[in-house]
Amino acid sequence: MLCAQVTSVNGTVDDLFVRFGADLFDLQSTADHTPTLWVDRGNLLEVLTHLKPRFPMLLDLFGIDERLRQHKPAAAADFTVVYHLFNLADREEIRIKVAVSDADSNVPTAVGVWANANWYERETWDMFGVQFSGHPNLRRILLPPTWEGHALRKEHPARATEMEPFSLSEEQQEQEQEALLFKPEEWGMARATEDTEFMFLNLGPNHPSVHGVFRIVLQLDGEVVVDAVPDIGYHHRGAEKMGERQTWHSYIPYTDRIDYLGGVMNNLAYVMTVEQMAGIVVPDRAKVIRIMLAELFRISSHLVFYGTFAQDVGQMSPVFYMFADRERLFGIIEAITGGRMHPAWFRIGGVAQDLPRGWERMVREFIDAMPARLDHYQIMAMDNSILKRRTVDIGSYTTAEALEWGITGASLRATGMDFDLRRDRPYGGYDQFEFEVPLGHKGDSYDRAVVRVEEIRQSLRIVRQCLDNMPEGAYKSDHHLTTPPPKERTLQDIETLIHHFLNVSWGPVIPPGEGSFPIEATKGINNYHLVSDGGTTSYRTRIRTPSFPALQQLPLISRGFMIPDLIAIIASIDFVMADVDR
Amino acid sequence: MSELGTISFGLFIILAAVGGAAVLTWFERRLLGIWQDRYGPNRLGPFGILQVAADMLKLLTKDDWVPPFADRMVFIFAPTAIVVAMLLGFAVVPFGPDLYVLDINIGLLFFLGMTSLAVYSVLLAGLASNNKYALLGGLRSAAQMVSYEVFMGLSLMGVVMLTGSFSMRAIVEAQRDMWYCIPQILGLFTFMIAGIAESHRLPFDLPEAEHELTAGFHTEYSGMKFAMFMLGEYLGLILICCMITTLFFGGWLGPWLPPVVWFCLKVFALICFFVLLRAAIPRPRYDQLMSLGWKFMLPLTLLNLLLTGAIALALRG
Repeated sequence: MLCAQVTSVNGTVDDLFVRFGADLFDLQSTADHTPTLWVDRGNLLEVLTHLKPRFPMLLDLFGIDERLRQHKPAAAADFTVVYHLFNLADREEIRIKVAVSDADSNVPTAVGVWANANWYERETWDMFGVQFSGHPNLRRILLPPTWEGHALRKEHPARATEMEPFSLSEEQQEQEQEALLFKPEEWGMARATEDTEFMFLNLGPNHPSVHGVFRIVLQLDGEVVVDAVPDIGYHHRGAEKMGERQTWHSYIPYTDRIDYLGGVMNNLAYVMTVEQMAGIVVPDRAKVIRIMLAELFRISSHLVFYGTFAQDVGQMSPVFYMFADRERLFGIIEAITGGRMHPAWFRIGGVAQDLPRGWERMVREFIDAMPARLDHYQIMAMDNSILKRRTVDIGSYTTAEALEWGITGASLRATGMDFDLRRDRPYGGYDQFEFEVPLGHKGDSYDRAVVRVEEIRQSLRIVRQCLDNMPEGAYKSDHHLTTPPPKERTLQDIETLIHHFLNVSWGPVIPPGEGSFPIEATKGINNYHLVSDGGTTSYRTRIRTPSFPALQQLPLISRGFMIPDLIAIIASIDFVMADVDR
Repeated sequence: MSELGTISFGLFIILAAVGGAAVLTWFERRLLGIWQDRYGPNRLGPFGILQVAADMLKLLTKDDWVPPFADRMVFIFAPTAIVVAMLLGFAVVPFGPDLYVLDINIGLLFFLGMTSLAVYSVLLAGLASNNKYALLGGLRSAAQMVSYEVFMGLSLMGVVMLTGSFSMRAIVEAQRDMWYCIPQILGLFTFMIAGIAESHRLPFDLPEAEHELTAGFHTEYSGMKFAMFMLGEYLGLILICCMITTLFFGGWLGPWLPPVVWFCLKVFALICFFVLLRAAIPRPRYDQLMSLGWKFMLPLTLLNLLLTGAIALALRG
């Protein structure tokens, strides 16, 4: 991280110290140099409220079970609740941590400070059993309501073999089904007003337009959506829990499956965090290869978005053209990585292999052909007057609302907020590239699509620059924590031999500490907060995904619209359920 | 034609129409496939045409299931109604100068009546299913049909004025000098829109709207009863194309080739056009569809009516 930012953030910390007194805080040093302050829970709300004007976005809120951690920070107790705040305008981050004990795990809710704390706190309660007093509806969010225990606690089993064999009796099945029934009263909804009886429509989890297994219960007056309650968790696979038993290296394939349209983009967020903690410097060639692959996957993801967006407003054909293009893209990705949607191709310290012979021709053919095709799609889909009528001014929100709800990426830029991590806090070599950050101005469904379509063109531009300026050199760092470590010199000096042996047999041991590395993924800011306890596995893997807050905001932007509008809104926010539920 | 001849020709038309609708399911998928850079069903038989047989077998062997919460009688009746109504509509279509089942002096009205009856099918299916999505679909179809029925009939009155008859044969004969698609261009445009709405195909498939209402009014239908709805929809499409041919493109008229061949060629071209329309256009929201119907199409139809009347009067006077 750049020095200038550290000083400016220290300004914020100094300000806090002046305002509240330095004794109140406990400063923790982290691998990413993001100021991390421990606060007593009694002062938490005051501190957060004080920080709110400076940090309009609550990037992430999550828990850590500290009970088995050996390199515990001094201030930690049984559980820690972490508030990760982001000031996009000044690219400034800060973490606030609160320690609670198992016996008395009660933290005041931050819903009043940031609206999007709601779901994050539910998740933290769901996973750790940490109570948030004053929370409007503290119930399970990712796990089913009938679940027993809190899954991310260290004592909760991580594997099916650690549990009793699964069985489901008739009676239990009845109970499970009963638990899935929607009861409006639980959400403070009326079944009827004086002159209207509302219809409650259960949309999903199996519905053609919810992009996976997403359930949203609609309170309808005719076809007008009065209110909506999203229900997520049907795609939850315990990705964070798995991180605690996979080695640092063998977790990479799991990251592919978080945003399954983003492919190696997920690898990037993860390996960059690990590299930061291990102090690995990635060689230039690896950086450019990574950027090229990441941008190809951005194009791929946006093409899926583009096609399904048109499809969800009832246009039948575009999706086939875009999937055909995506297929061509997969041809390239397959030639380079051997995989298609989930290549798991980035490695700690570089990438898995060098680029194959002839990659230039394939990539060049693709990027030469795409602009003309995009022009064609523009006429076919985006300029279509019915499509415009279906999406312009539908589901719009302002920049302030987007920040309040944690919306990032293209959905944020559609409101006119000029922010892109690749340009504004370049990582992994993006500072060497020329590209523009497309912006919308209304923040409606149409603008969200416009921004993404333009991003495809910008990504093509970046890929062309990668193609024209691919540096020579190693595709992997020679740092000993690189996976797999370089083998050439193993038989010449004992040091390398030992490192190689340990690294290949156990996997790398990442030095104790914690850190995160936000990146501009396909759908917004993706961030892995990793905690190492000096072992071969991560002690805590926290995945902040851009899709999660987008769904939380959905009811807010769909109230008063009709069902077809809701579908258009869902189509325009570009989420993937695997990315929401992890 | 003798009575026996009429009956056997009627039976033949029924078989041909149903067979045509069945082949159309395959043809449409192939055509869409070609336009969408893919193949469509091309595995079974030459060009995949046996796909029709395979689909039919599948649908016939499916469990004939009526959901326990549905209104049983109405649930079964609904899909039958659409097929019967559409098939009856074919009775007044003149396929050639002497090829018709029925030549009645209210042929056009009979056709309009039959297509209107088909609306009940959708409506009743939506109601009888006792499913929220089906209900919304039925609701939409009621609203859509009411607004599109109105100018569907009116859009044809220009043709009737020019011909001076409701008889289909008379209308075709009157087009010997000039097809009505030229003087009645507005009528053609409005009738075509109403026709798509009537056969509720994209972009007017709001009662079904699979992206919003899963399958709309026929969400609860499966097997043969579902197939009946599909059959009705494709019959409707063919019928509308037959009507457009008869009313605006000179029916069987044309040089060199036998009349019935001309008729079939014209219908075929129109069907291709309708399929293309489906491939190209997104679906409007249903209030937008309503306002298009009432605020644009209806005035346009009335304007056409006024103009046609005035010109016809002026020419005659």
